[in-house]
Amino acid sequence: MGSKLIDIKNVTKIYEMGEEKLFALNGVNLEIEKNDYVAIMGPSGSGKSTLMNIIGCLDTPSSGDYILNGKDVHEMDDDELAEIRNREIGFVFQTFNLLPRSNALHNVELPLIYSGMTRHDRIQRAEEALNNVGLGDRMMHKPNELSGGQRQRVAVARALVNNPSIILADEPTGNLDTKTGVEIMALFEELNKNGNTIILVTHEEDIAKNAHRIVKLRDGLIEADYRKTE
Amino acid sequence: MNLFVEIKESFLISVKAIISHKMRSVLAALGIVIGITAVTLMQTAIEGINRAFESSISSVGADILYVQKFEWFGKEDFEFYRNRRDITLQHYEYVKKFSQTAASVAPSVGSSRPLQYGSLSMDNVFIIGTTDEYQKTTSLNVDEGRFFTSKESEGSYPVCLIGMDVKNGFFSNINPIGKIMKVGTHSFRVIGVIEKQGSMLGLFSLDNRVIIPITVFYKLFGTRRSVTINIKAADMNNLDETKEEIKSIMRKARKIPIGGRDDFGINEQAAFKDTYNQLTSLIKIIGILITSLSLVVGSVGITNIMFVSVKERTKEIGIRKAIGARRRTILIQFLIESSLICLSGGLIGLMISFPISLIIDAFVLPTAMPLWVVALGLFISLLFGVMSGFFPAYNAAKLDPVESLRYE
Repeated sequence: MGSKLIDIKNVTKIYEMGEEKLFALNGVNLEIEKNDYVAIMGPSGSGKSTLMNIIGCLDTPSSGDYILNGKDVHEMDDDELAEIRNREIGFVFQTFNLLPRSNALHNVELPLIYSGMTRHDRIQRAEEALNNVGLGDRMMHKPNELSGGQRQRVAVARALVNNPSIILADEPTGNLDTKTGVEIMALFEELNKNGNTIILVTHEEDIAKNAHRIVKLRDGLIEADYRKTE
Repeated sequence: MNLFVEIKESFLISVKAIISHKMRSVLAALGIVIGITAVTLMQTAIEGINRAFESSISSVGADILYVQKFEWFGKEDFEFYRNRRDITLQHYEYVKKFSQTAASVAPSVGSSRPLQYGSLSMDNVFIIGTTDEYQKTTSLNVDEGRFFTSKESEGSYPVCLIGMDVKNGFFSNINPIGKIMKVGTHSFRVIGVIEKQGSMLGLFSLDNRVIIPITVFYKLFGTRRSVTINIKAADMNNLDETKEEIKSIMRKARKIPIGGRDDFGINEQAAFKDTYNQLTSLIKIIGILITSLSLVVGSVGITNIMFVSVKERTKEIGIRKAIGARRRTILIQFLIESSLICLSGGLIGLMISFPISLIIDAFVLPTAMPLWVVALGLFISLLFGVMSGFFPAYNAAKLDPVESLRYE
């Protein structure tokens, strides 16, 4: 396997609810290497969403270290985190989270706007990304003019367009029917073959078994971590 | 991402947001529309009043001093004024003889008399007796004919110049030059017509008058009137110097002891302006303040709408943050949005008030919307846009991405 991409050491996340302290993560250690395909599993309340938010730099740990692609993330400020999210992370959400009033092309273009790319380059890259997910003929459609599967493809194109280190997918098939879900999972498989690192957060065994490595969380701790034997 | 690109992109995003919420944007802008309309119209009205005053005051002449028995805007007690001596022709001659800094000096006396020409007559026409130098001490232009000469003036020739009202009253279709008309009971030959002067502050006409040589005036109407000495300064920039000089000449002429108070007034246009400004500035300030209130109300409306807009787009903000928008980017996006709403409100306000100002100009009083009012209107709109957008935008910028992504 390749070099270390994610290095999480003894990370905790504590939410204070009045007097009570809630340990969402209770000392998690996790290393993920480049070009891996990892599924993070666990029942609700296990801390998998919190872990995903921390990996995705949407949130910072209460204690512990997180080194992403050689950069120590755990003490970055909001703007530095925004830049990391922009350049290193590509999010794919369960509810797609596209901008409803913008067409597919603009949605895919958005991360490039925030990274300061010129308009000409942006459009070229966005078109390329949409072609790669098979939506070359739907670029000018708004999200409500697309099917669920197509919307998720737009989201995948958006996640890919800035060549991030990680694709972070949170229940990407949760809002799709089985057949479309399979298609999206096939797309992920292909992306992984092309060298992308994919982290999949899910509670469905069927979906998780697409990954090469499975990490199971329970009560804020890693309960199991194993590689699928081919 | 550099600031310029950021502003450009935010601008496009904001325009999209405004267009996709047409109704909300229009309602938000309405307050600013009304506010800017009110403020600019108020300014236009003030400008109109100022212009009316300026055009009236121009007949007084900026570089002319008037030595008169009383100050125009005196603040002394009545007892002091009551016993003042008249200003006589001797004082005029004295000033004319000794003044170094005056370009021209002319005396004038006035009285109202009826006029008669054939079967036509006019009552209460103002008769001015003066010398040939009078024209130089005023802004009067002769429209037809000529002013009287020093020979006519000193030789008591019965000649006169008439104002436009007199011309229209007596000689509407005929050439007045050379005609004989009666001033009081005495016959005068018309030698010139004075160009139209308009009215003083819209109160009384400056064209309802006849100018005759002062020598004739004295013979026919008597000498028991206080004279006004009209003095045109050689250099407008040294008006104060001229004023001091005239003052000392007059004190000498009237034998006022050192330390004694002046018993005459030296009047000038500036005194008029000062008094006018004192009277009107407070009214202007109050007018602007009251109309500005509507702008403040409009701005509060925009703040309100922007808060709603931020709340409603919490999810959108979360998405933008997740894919790399920084705090500043979100802040700028919402600031530009509120500024654009205000600015377009301001533009619409100007588009409403400008035609209204033309209507006022045509039917009420001559005015124009000054360019600086337009510029100020747009600047104020922009300022209020930034101010009313700041707190909502700041709120949006510091939203937590995790929570806002979860927001439905």
